[in-house]
Amino acid sequence: MNKVAVNPQSQDTIPLKDPVLAAFLAWLVPGLGHLYQGRTAKAVLFFVCLMGTFLYGCYLGSGDAEHKVGCARVVYFQWDDDDIRFSYFGQVGIGLPALPALVQAFRARHGKEPLFGGLMAPPRPVSATGPAHGEDLAWKALADQPTLDDLHYQLRGYFELGTVYTLIAGLLNVLAIYDAWGGPVFTQAKREDEDQQSRKKEGKEKPR
Amino acid sequence: MNHLPLAAFPVNLLWYALPLVVAVSLVYAATRHEDMAPILAHAFRVGVWIVGFMAVVFVIVVAMLWWVSD
Repeated sequence: MNKVAVNPQSQDTIPLKDPVLAAFLAWLVPGLGHLYQGRTAKAVLFFVCLMGTFLYGCYLGSGDAEHKVGCARVVYFQWDDDDIRFSYFGQVGIGLPALPALVQAFRARHGKEPLFGGLMAPPRPVSATGPAHGEDLAWKALADQPTLDDLHYQLRGYFELGTVYTLIAGLLNVLAIYDAWGGPVFTQAKREDEDQQSRKKEGKEKPR
Repeated sequence: MNHLPLAAFPVNLLWYALPLVVAVSLVYAATRHEDMAPILAHAFRVGVWIVGFMAVVFVIVVAMLWWVSD
């Protein structure tokens, strides 16, 4: 299924190839969908801008030699009564770079310690009432990890800054995914205008 | 007039907005054009618009801080 869009400025055709595959690739790695379509300049632009923003956010959310909290602690997935990490739903828009958080959360839920020194691992849960039914394994697996309070204390405002950077990178990639799927938005609008005009013409030309 | 709230505001944190403005402007513009020249021109306009909008909000917030702290 090879589709094309029309560039309204130059009237050139833009090869979209298989738009669904391109959109999936664009989600997996920013710019990969455009690279698949042969739109190299935009692929490089999306990759540099989005990965740069995401990685800088991860850097801001990492501990240093003094504050040993692990790497990229602002990207994690957790879904329990005390901490529901809604930000992750935006962060995962960046695709593969945010997926280690899912692996770490899955491991913790099954009682396995986080890999890679806690990279994107969920923080140690804290509750006055102790672990809820079925959460004992996760509590044991994350026993060595900092709590969410620890992360805020150690990273200070950088925890929020890192969260904002990674969240915006993920959300911006949604725009890039749409671009890989349907081409530039102006092109789409122009194409619809042309379709409307052609339909009007056809309507006028119908014999009475 | 008490200037303490503005003095206490960590102005250096505003520099963290700069990379975000650049990235948002470029990506937004890139989803509306295919060629690099119109992308860069559009990104510049979007960047100026974002910074202007932030400046207006900044002035409003500072004015409210002064008003509240009086």
